[in-house]
This record gives sequence, structure tokens and C-alpha cells, in this order.
Amino acid sequence: MSSTTLSLSRRIQLREATPYLFRKALLLWLSVGWFGALVLPWYQAYDGFWSFIWIEDGWPLDDEYSPGILQIFMQDRLWLLPLMICIGLPIICFGWKRDDPRLANFLMGCGGLGLCWILLQGFVIGLRGWNSEAFLLLLGSPGPSQEGMGYGALLVASCLLFLFTQGWSLRGGVQGDGFVTGAIGLNVLLVLLFIFYPVVKILFSALLNEEGALAPILFFQKLTSERIWQLNCFNTGLSCGVAWNSLYLAILVGITTTLLGLAFALLVTRTSIRGKQAYRAITLLPIITPPFVIGLAIILLFGRSGVVSSFLEWAFGIPPTRWIYGLPGIWFAQTMAFTPIAFLVLVGVVEGVSPSMEEAAQTLRANRWQTFQTVTWPLMRPGLANAFLLGFIESLADFGNPLVLGGNFEVLSTQIFFAIAGAQADQGMAAVLALVLLGFTLTAFWIQRRWLGQRSYVSVTGKGDAGIPVQLPKRVRTGITLVCVPFGFLSLTLYGMILFGGFVETWGYKHNFTFKHYLDAFAVSWSDKFGLMWEGTAWNSFWTTLQISAISAPLTAGLGLLTAWLLVRQRFAGKDVFEFITMLSFAIPGTIIGIGYILAFNVPPIEITGTGIILIVCFLFRNMPTGIRAGVAAMAQLDPSLDEASLTLGAPSSTTLRKILLPLLRPAMLAALVFSFVRAMTAISAVIFLVSADYDMATSYILGRVENGDYGLAIVYSSVLIIVMLIVIGGIQWVVGQRQLGRRGSSPISWSGNG
Amino acid sequence: MRIAKRIGALMGAMLIGSVLQAADRLTLYCSPQIEWCELMVNTFEKQTGIRVSMTRKSSGETLAQIKAEKSNPKGDVWWGGTGDPHLQAAEEGLTEVYNSSMNSQLQDWALSPHKATGGRTVGIYMGGLGYGYNTELLASKGLPAPKCWKDLLNPAFKDEVQIANPNTSGTSYTTLATVVQLFGEDGGFDFMKQLHQNVSQYTKSGSAPIRAAAIGETTVGIVFMHDAVTQAVKGMPIQTVAPCEGTGYEIGSMSIIKGARNMDSAKKFYDFALTADIQSMAASVGAYQVPSNKGAKVPKEAPDLDSVKVIDYDHAKYGSKDVRTRLLSKWDNEVSTLPR
Repeated sequence: MSSTTLSLSRRIQLREATPYLFRKALLLWLSVGWFGALVLPWYQAYDGFWSFIWIEDGWPLDDEYSPGILQIFMQDRLWLLPLMICIGLPIICFGWKRDDPRLANFLMGCGGLGLCWILLQGFVIGLRGWNSEAFLLLLGSPGPSQEGMGYGALLVASCLLFLFTQGWSLRGGVQGDGFVTGAIGLNVLLVLLFIFYPVVKILFSALLNEEGALAPILFFQKLTSERIWQLNCFNTGLSCGVAWNSLYLAILVGITTTLLGLAFALLVTRTSIRGKQAYRAITLLPIITPPFVIGLAIILLFGRSGVVSSFLEWAFGIPPTRWIYGLPGIWFAQTMAFTPIAFLVLVGVVEGVSPSMEEAAQTLRANRWQTFQTVTWPLMRPGLANAFLLGFIESLADFGNPLVLGGNFEVLSTQIFFAIAGAQADQGMAAVLALVLLGFTLTAFWIQRRWLGQRSYVSVTGKGDAGIPVQLPKRVRTGITLVCVPFGFLSLTLYGMILFGGFVETWGYKHNFTFKHYLDAFAVSWSDKFGLMWEGTAWNSFWTTLQISAISAPLTAGLGLLTAWLLVRQRFAGKDVFEFITMLSFAIPGTIIGIGYILAFNVPPIEITGTGIILIVCFLFRNMPTGIRAGVAAMAQLDPSLDEASLTLGAPSSTTLRKILLPLLRPAMLAALVFSFVRAMTAISAVIFLVSADYDMATSYILGRVENGDYGLAIVYSSVLIIVMLIVIGGIQWVVGQRQLGRRGSSPISWSGNG
Repeated sequence: MRIAKRIGALMGAMLIGSVLQAADRLTLYCSPQIEWCELMVNTFEKQTGIRVSMTRKSSGETLAQIKAEKSNPKGDVWWGGTGDPHLQAAEEGLTEVYNSSMNSQLQDWALSPHKATGGRTVGIYMGGLGYGYNTELLASKGLPAPKCWKDLLNPAFKDEVQIANPNTSGTSYTTLATVVQLFGEDGGFDFMKQLHQNVSQYTKSGSAPIRAAAIGETTVGIVFMHDAVTQAVKGMPIQTVAPCEGTGYEIGSMSIIKGARNMDSAKKFYDFALTADIQSMAASVGAYQVPSNKGAKVPKEAPDLDSVKVIDYDHAKYGSKDVRTRLLSKWDNEVSTLPR
């Protein structure tokens, strides 16, 4: 069906069915705005977002807690008045007809102006008066002041956003679909505020010198510095520039993780090997491992005094060396760590490749190898490209492994961290290095798009699709078995080492059995006075971590899939730019994001440092791109005529998304949920700067232990986290469930069952 | 989004219960090891009833954080961590002048950063620089036991020495500044160049070399002596060495953050942290530095500073931004680029 007829029929549908609904929705959102403006405190209280002390502490008349409307009249905060007008005026629309052309423009005007104004006043009027030099000069200092935005402002802003997007859809934006315009509006606003703004804020410091003045020449010198770009490793024994090191490593890691991930995906979905579930679990292990631990385990296996090295010396007289420190070690550790990500992306894609296309190839007399080569493999291209991109970016941004195993092999991510937190304390240099890193990521992103091109990868359609997945050609099967089995064995050995490390007194030196570390970290006791006592030193950060991760994971997956849907299925102006910005926070190393978040969100209008919210927001926007990638790869396989069928039958796009696409997107949803949960539990570099006393995270605790050489505690904590994550992943898998593709099973029993 | 709202409601419900009481509060940024930080917090809370929120970050991370929070400071006191970042914070006006009544009880070296910064920071402990070696590895390789800085230049130690990169670690910068003060600038850089031939790896973190030595990944790690002692007390085969030529030291410091929200509590903590009784407790959590209060007990495991030759380390000069930047870029250009 062509899109013009579709949009026409949809418009007719919408016009007939929605005026009543529309009015109800408008009233609902306006009431939300009014409630925010008239009742709730406008500004954020000092005690934090979740503190409800204001209810009994002077609200609504107290300056600190009074709602927007009282702020205007009692505190002379006249700049809030335009906002009240913007959410007050739309009440006159209820008298207008829905197809009144004034209506669309009026709503868009109120919403748009209001949104601009709320941001403008927030950024211009700060905690200590005018924030902008121009205002200081024009209107004198210090000027009016205000705190960070609170509940009231939040609700009013949502109401304004809704007014704007409704107006936009009435004007015919995105085929006049209010749900889609609303989703786009919300996404764009969030992405601009929580990705674009902090990233720009920190990257801008690349252009400044130590005194904070603009210094483009210095910037240019730093950007072209020898230490970043030199090529000495080719002709002399010296090391190359840090940029080349990172790039080289990332390409290697991208390739190995994609191939290994594919091997595991094929093994699990396309062969009849026994113990598939065990393989799935093995491939998951590294992804749920807190930072540093894999690196430490690798040292204890392959380091100079490691188990393997000692054995080789004892058995064959090979003198132990330090080969593991440097490129080989990081490559090895990152391959172990990031293969699961590639696997998660690819397993959905491999499952989605339609067997009937392969059957068609075979009917045309292609043998198994030809089928694999000409049908299966090309259909997996979006998955491969996305998996490579993720491995590449992860490698560039990885911080824990190079820190432990780097040796003298310098990479961008660690250089950035130490430019900020090392003896130089040069934020500008860090920003320059981050720009280089960002350049690599974006180039990779662009190349991936070019490679995928405009071809269609649709293989899940609404038509009867009763094929059985073709068995893999023999050589492919032998190949992947030869790769996967040793890899799985190595994984198990590493994890055995880690588990073992928690029960010995000093890992790597004194191996007598002890429970000491477990008791230090996770002791509980019972006292008559207080009941259950969480005595271990790790409990506090453990509960916080669990709580923050549990909250951020569903939000991340939801927002990520929604964004993927907008990117794949909807057309709107500026889509490419939007996609680009969503990738920013993922492509930039955590250290830079962490500092950027402090710079951006430590002062009004959005003041959330020191709260749990900043951690949730950081995880949400940092991990969202994984949800997007998984969703985009999976949705590229789904035939748009599935959604179109639903839409022409009169279902609104929100229902279509929920009833048609989401069930088919289960593997992607699973990947996004699991990954965002796990990442929230194991992220380190951004978190270092965002944790606070009340919201300490497990990884920052572990880092402290590693810094102090307390490997026992670090390992105990990591083992516990691994087990918790395994349980949670199992739970998520159980809740999300499997995708039912209505294909025949390949076992003999279902053959007979289907007749 | 409906799910999001439900979760929001749930979160709200969960956290309503944890409303804070309006008691006196203190936000502490703490840089030494966590056990020591916790000890300080617990003791202070018990003595004063002030509720302390403590975050532990390394001194470099803390400086970066205080800088980023400059326009709306969130911390009150920054306790512990090597002195250079404290000096830097003072230089950039991120910390507050405070003359504690306890100052009269302090050692002279503890007051020298105080004087150099016009009262913005003060010493709370001292840690001598040195190195540690793995006795088992040394014996199995048949290497001579090193006693001096120059012993580490022996070609027999090729690939057996680790030290942090001075660009990333304050410990290693202190080493660089120490040899420059011991042997003169040219002599000091000659030392670093020859040492470069024996260094297997420049680590990122300052105390990483001694951890590598403890598990046998390297023979010698150049670190602060108390870090080596910590490993030895844990039962690792580490021998601590105070170099015979004399050595430099760090002054672990404390500063009050400018614009602190709880200034009174901050000052109370500052005085508290300088008392003899409190400083004497450090050894109980495995911190073997020398305390700055003259009356405090020196832990018996601490390297005996009477037998160690301590140089007259010029913290004001070598802690200043100009000298540091010059020495580091000289090290970058002349030492780190040498082939091995």
C-alpha cells in the first residue's frame, strides 16, 4: 500500500473518531498544568525532589514552597506571568470547532512560546541573579534570583509540550497523529536537555584556556598534538599516538566481538547442539561482570605470576613475561567483555531471518552453503553492522580494562580520565581528546549507515511464513563449534577464578579458605532492639544500586524502543540530526559525561546533583542508544504492512505500537532491558562524579577497594552482583517472554502435530 | 509512559518515608581509604551529633568535582589526600581561609602549606616516599637488595621496576620533584632517564606499583612508604625501603570548601580532625602515616622518620602550577619518549 492512500485513509479515520477524545485529552493536560501552577511548589526544595517536608513546613505561603501563581504576586517573580497566560488561554479553545484553522496555530503558539519562555527564564535568571553577562551590563547586578525548578514547573512544562505537539498534529504534522507528535516532542526535548546540553557544555571547554577565555589557537595546537597523532610505532620502537591506539584497538575488538557474537547466535538458534541454555548463560556472564574484575582475573591467569604462566614455566621452561599488559591484554579482556552485547543484538536478528526465503533459495536448487552465503548472511547485515558499531564504541569508551591491563599502551578513555582527575587537571585537554573520540564514533556510525544503504531487510511479514530454519552448512557449523567451545571454556575458567577469589585470604598470594570478605561486606545480624541489622559495609551501596538500576532499566528500554520506532517508522523533519544527538551520550566517555552533568545540573534551572535522580537520568540517556540500536535492527526486519494493516483497521498508532510491534519486538525489548539494567549496575566512569553520600553505587565502592588493593572485598562484591544480575535477568526473560513467530517447529513431534 | 508514571508513583511512595530531619549537617569529601573515612565520620557524629554525609573519591577526582561545582558548592570539608591538589584548589580560590585554634599543636611541616596558601589548607598527616620490593621475587632472581634511589638504576633491575606516570599520579609527581630536589634538575632528570630503562610499566594510579609487586607482577614498586607497609601488614612478601640518599614526602591535607553550606559544622570538623586523640586512631584502620598533631601517637608500623633522611621538600614551589606544568612537560618530552 502506498503511503499517500494510507495517510488519507488514516486522516479520515482520525477526523471521525477523535474530536471527543481530543477535547478530553486537552482538558486533562491543561488541568495538569493548572495543578502545577496553582497548587504545587514551583521551585525545588533544598531537601531534594523526594522530600515532602514542604506539606507541613509553610506551604503554600512560604517563599520556598509557594506555587507559581503566588510566586508572581507575593515574591514579585513577574517573569513567571507569561507562563500562566500560556497555560490559561487555551481554555477558550473549547468553544471552537475542531477543524477551525485557528485552533492548531493557537495551541502551537501557546505551547511553543511557553516552552521557550520557561527555558529562557530558567537559564537567564540563576541562583545569584542574572546568569548572562549581557543582562548584567544592561540591567545591573545582581538582578532577580531563583532556585531550581520543582514539581510545579515540571508539570507546567509537560502541559506546554502537550499543547505544542497537539497543535502540530492538528496542522497535519506526521499525518496528523497526536500520539506520534507527542512522542517526538517529548523525545526531542529530553534528548536536547539531557544529552545535547551537558555534552556541549563540557565540549565547549575544549575551546577555552586555563583562565576561561576563548583560545582557538591553543585548541588547534592541542587537537593536532603529537601525543595524539604521532605514527612512531611503524618505524621506531616507540608507541603511536593515543588516537591511533584507540582506533586500532576498537576496530580489532569490533571485528572479534561481532564474529564471536554471530558464532554464538548461530550456535544457539541454528544448530541442534546440546546445552544451548548453558551457552546462553556463558555468553551473558561477562556482560554482568562489574568493571576491573575480568582484568584482574586475566592477570591472575596470564600475568607474570599467573596460573597459566607458572604452569608453562614449570612444564616447558618458558620464562614468564608481561605480554598480557598492553594491546593483547586489553583486546582479550574487551573481547571477553563485549561479545555478549554483539550476541544479544545478533540473536534477535538471526531468529528473525525468515526461513521461507531460505527455503525459496533451496527450492531454486541452492545448496546449504549458497543459501547461507546469498540469503542468510545478507539478511543479517543490519544486525552485523549494529553489533560491530556497539563493539567499536564500547571499546573506545571502555575505561576499566585499559586501566588494569593497559601497560604502556595508552588509549583515549584513560587519557581523558587522567586529564581531568590526574596531576595535570586539564579539563580542556580532556574535552579535546573527547572530541577526537567522538569523531571516530561518528565516522563509524556514518560508515555503517552507508554500508546498510537503502536496501530492505524485511523478513518478518504478515504473510503465512511456515518455513523451518535451514541447517547451517557443515563448514560453518564446525567453524562456530570450534570457536565457541574454547571461548565458553575460557569464560568458565575466568569466572571460576573470580568465585574462588572471594573465598581466599589474599587473592593471588595466600590461598587459605576464609569467609572473612563475605562477612565484612554482607554480614547481617539480629538485635532485639532494632530487628534485622544490615551490618556489612556493602549493604548501603548495594541497595542504592539495585534501586537505581531497577528504576532506570524499564525507563531506558521504553524510551529507547519508542525512539527506535520514531526513527524507523515515522518521518519528520530533522530526523537525522535527532538520531545523531541520541548517539552523542553513548559515544562520549563516561568521565566527560560525568563532569558535563555536574557542570550542567549543579545549578538551576535543573539542579539534581547529589540526588538519585541524576544517576537515573544519566543511565537513562547513556544507555538509551543500546535500546535504540536493538530496536532499529529488529524493526528493520518487520514489514511495515503489518502496522499499516492495523492502522487502516482504525487502530490509533499508540495501539498499533502496543499490540503489533511490541510483541514482535520482544527480543529487542529483552536486550534493551537486560542491557540497561546491567549497565546501570556495572557502569563506572560517569558514576564516579555523580555518586553522593546518600546515593553511593556498587562500582564506586569496588573502585575504592581496588585502589586500596583490597581485591578480596572487590571480588566478593562483584560475585554477589553477578548472582543478583543473573536472577534479575532470568526474571526479565520470564516477564517479557518469547516472540511467537508462528513458524513450524523443527522437532518431529510438532511435525506430526501440525499434520 | 504509563509504566513510567507508575514507577514514578512507586518511587515517591518508597521515598516519602525517608524525609530528613532538620539536624545540623556536614558534607564531607574524603580522599584516603574508606575505613579511615568511616572511622572519622562515626567518631565525629558520636561526639557532636552532626549528621555527616561522606563521599570517598581520590584527591584528583575530588579536585575535579569541586572545580565543576564551583558556582554552587555542595561539599563542606575536603579531608585527606595528597597535598598538591589541595594547594591547587587554594591557588584557584576554591577553598576558604580558616585559622584553627588547634594550629599551635601542629608540627611545623603541617603548617607550611597553611602559610603558603594564606590559611586555605593544613597538613593532617605526612607520608614519606620510598619503595617496596617483593622479597620472594628478589631472591628467586638473585638480585641485590636495593637500599638507595641509585640502586634502582642497576641494569640487573631491567623491567623489574614500576612507578606511576607523573602525569596521572600525584605520588609519581612527588617522586619527580624529589629527585629534582635531591640531585638538582639536570641530575634529577638524568636519574629519571636511567630509571626509564628499568621501568616495565608506568601505571595510572599512584599505589598500583606496590600492588603489582605484592602479587609478583613486578619486583620493585615506587610508592609512598605507608602504602608498602600496608601490604606488608597484610602478609604480602613486601620489604619497605627508605632510600639512603634521603627522600621527599607528601603532606596529606585538609581544606574547607569555599561557599560551604554548613560552615559552622565544617569548622567543627576541621578542629576535630586536628586533635591528638583523633589522629592517634588512624593506625587502627591500617593508616600508617605520621600524624600532624605533636601529641598524637605515631603508629609503630609507620616508617620511623627519625631514621629516614627527609629532604627539605619545598611544597609551595613544586606544588605551584607553573613549576608542575614545566616539569611534567619536560618529563613528557625528554623521558617518556626515550626508547627502551
